[in-house]
Amino acid sequence: MTNSTRSGHSGAVLRKPRSRRHMLTTWRVGAVVLCVLALVGLAGCDSSGDDGSSGGKVTLSYAVWDQPQVPATKRIIAEFHRSHPNINVKVQVTPWDDYWTKLRTAATGGSAPDVFWMTLAYFQYYAKGGALMPLDSQIHSDNIDMSKFVPAIRDAYRFDGKTYGMPRDVNSFGLFYNKKLFKQAGVKFPDSSWTWADVTAAARKLTNQSDGVYGIVAPEVDELGWYLTIPQAGGDVLSPDGKRSGYDQPASIKGIQFWVDLVNKYHASPSLQQMTDTDPLSMFTSGKAAMYYGGSWDPVAMSSVPYAKKNVDVAPLPHDVTRNFYSNGLANAIYARTKHPKEAWEFTKFLGSKRAADINATTGTVIPAYKGEATNYVRSMPWLHLQRIVDQLPNAKPFPSTIDTSVWRDNATKEFAKAWTGQETVPDAAAKVAKQMDAALSDERK
Amino acid sequence: MSVSVDKSEPATVATDYRPTPARRPRRSGVHRGEAWWALAMLVPTLVGLGVFSLWPIFQTLYYSFTTWGAFGGHEWSGLENYRSLLSDSELLQALLNTVIFTAVTLSSVPLAIVVAALLNRPGMRGLAVYRTLYFLPVVTLPASVALMWKLLLSGDYGIVNWLLSLLHIDGPYWLSNPSTAIYALAAVSVWSSVGYNMVILLAGIQTIPRDYYEAAELDGAGKIRQFMAITVPLLTPSIFFVTVITVINSLQAFDLVFLMIGVNNPALDHSQTIVYLFYKTGFIDHDGGYAAAIAFVLMLAILVFTAFQFRLQKRWVHYV
Repeated sequence: MTNSTRSGHSGAVLRKPRSRRHMLTTWRVGAVVLCVLALVGLAGCDSSGDDGSSGGKVTLSYAVWDQPQVPATKRIIAEFHRSHPNINVKVQVTPWDDYWTKLRTAATGGSAPDVFWMTLAYFQYYAKGGALMPLDSQIHSDNIDMSKFVPAIRDAYRFDGKTYGMPRDVNSFGLFYNKKLFKQAGVKFPDSSWTWADVTAAARKLTNQSDGVYGIVAPEVDELGWYLTIPQAGGDVLSPDGKRSGYDQPASIKGIQFWVDLVNKYHASPSLQQMTDTDPLSMFTSGKAAMYYGGSWDPVAMSSVPYAKKNVDVAPLPHDVTRNFYSNGLANAIYARTKHPKEAWEFTKFLGSKRAADINATTGTVIPAYKGEATNYVRSMPWLHLQRIVDQLPNAKPFPSTIDTSVWRDNATKEFAKAWTGQETVPDAAAKVAKQMDAALSDERK
Repeated sequence: MSVSVDKSEPATVATDYRPTPARRPRRSGVHRGEAWWALAMLVPTLVGLGVFSLWPIFQTLYYSFTTWGAFGGHEWSGLENYRSLLSDSELLQALLNTVIFTAVTLSSVPLAIVVAALLNRPGMRGLAVYRTLYFLPVVTLPASVALMWKLLLSGDYGIVNWLLSLLHIDGPYWLSNPSTAIYALAAVSVWSSVGYNMVILLAGIQTIPRDYYEAAELDGAGKIRQFMAITVPLLTPSIFFVTVITVINSLQAFDLVFLMIGVNNPALDHSQTIVYLFYKTGFIDHDGGYAAAIAFVLMLAILVFTAFQFRLQKRWVHYV
């Protein structure tokens, strides 16, 4: 170590044994390195975008929204991976509300998942917007027999003469009830003879304020709520030609009034605020509500709750003038701008296979859209009479949807909340919803 | 553990907002070389700021004059978005919600002053523990803060209502009742911002020379008088800083609404903040142009609020 001459003169100042010149050079080198690092960092943003392939291996992303259905989905993926070792599939679970926000944003930005669940509610929007890949040529070249799927779902995923979805499941519904609470209140179990009046009477009898137990949950939702009762009352949500709202029909109002009365007139259901705080299904599976209108996909979630597994059974949907209800069904769709169209198709093809349907059915996850799988679904959970859910399927009516369903659907949910909280009467809210929906429908046609 | 701080050192946070007179840059040869180097060092930051902050502002301004298609693509629509803003009652309500939220959140400032003063007493037991406890919410993920409070405030099963029931008070459904939701959110916001404000104010308090207090004591001033006549006035630069930051943060509140209220809440209209409305319009309804216009209104609001505060500070902020 050499001592700088200058520091020798003034002993007070401590100086590193380096010349100023030397220091500057060090600084320069440092600065250049920093700049280069910064630039590399910025450039890195671009190149680090993982395109999912390395050495012939491809990783596909598969977006779904329902956590309870993930175990079955993972089993399907594991089987697929066994026959296609070079394709990995990663499941991305995003809860329903955020799923559509995320998917639409990602599709706009060009980075949607390779394969994803699609619902009839929003299918036309995605198909028209060019976000989905048409599957016809692949179906043709691989000789896929599309007649093996339930026609209602298969045909619903066609748009402008092209097929955009591999049918996955078909929805049916039932009245789930808590046997223990029914016995305690001395109410007869529901059966196929039940009408709405029976539901209301039972719900009132089962409600026990002091125990905090409600007869039923009447959530403010369409698919598990008024999409079941409006058709039963003989009403329409959407006119058959898709041009007019049916919400202001007396029968439709009746279908909504049924739910609102359970909350506000009979106090046999928790209030909307309570159901916002605590999820209605959780109230039912924890014995805080005795009845729950549920879908064919609900049992798999219930089966993970020991209390529910012990005490819950299911009855056919109670009826009114008819036994009809709106039924949705999911399909698997491929993103139009996927980087791996071939692999995505291989995976989607497998998702549409009998083997995949078997797994979904035998685990009780959903009723597959693959014909003849309903028996496996029914057998999957001996503690529930799932046959009663499957028996409803002939009464399923096409799910109300147009190109921009979300506009009028979200608006209806928002407006009817005022009826649930008692701010507005059902006919008033329905009239508003119908008016806004008619405006949205005519905007759509422009 | 002693927590003495070197009094001669200024607080680490810049709290002096007096305008400095602009100096003419000197341009000798040596300095020009240094200027280049300075620029070279600044480039990474400038590029980052330009790409991630400045450019998006101009882009947003442009988008606010457009209408968006389904999956990308937009067309020029002139002032249409701004015209619909004027008659949008939802926006008005959101602005009102944001103002209420900001006003309530601001109460964290006096609260933090008191806490900071209490936590500055020398020889207090467990000082480090208290300081850590108050600061803990700041280093906790906003998402976990929101979810935890959502559980605490749950109407039927929450601890808050259980405590109230002990006092024979029937607590409301805090987060789904339109008349309580925004206050519940603001209370959580106060809870989580006291810690940050406290740390800044604590640093400010520690720069106040002890002699002032000694002199005041000799003159017979009590603790409260000392606090009001010495601590608060000399703390005003720090108070100003935390007020500005708190206002800006509250005007941009989003996470609490997103996590604790959510889309299908009947109280949403009466609790959504302007940034949540922006998110809803832009990402849920995919009306990017209109969302951009909302964002611009927000930016203007923040500008006005902050300019107003800087103007007002002359009246009450004392720089030593």
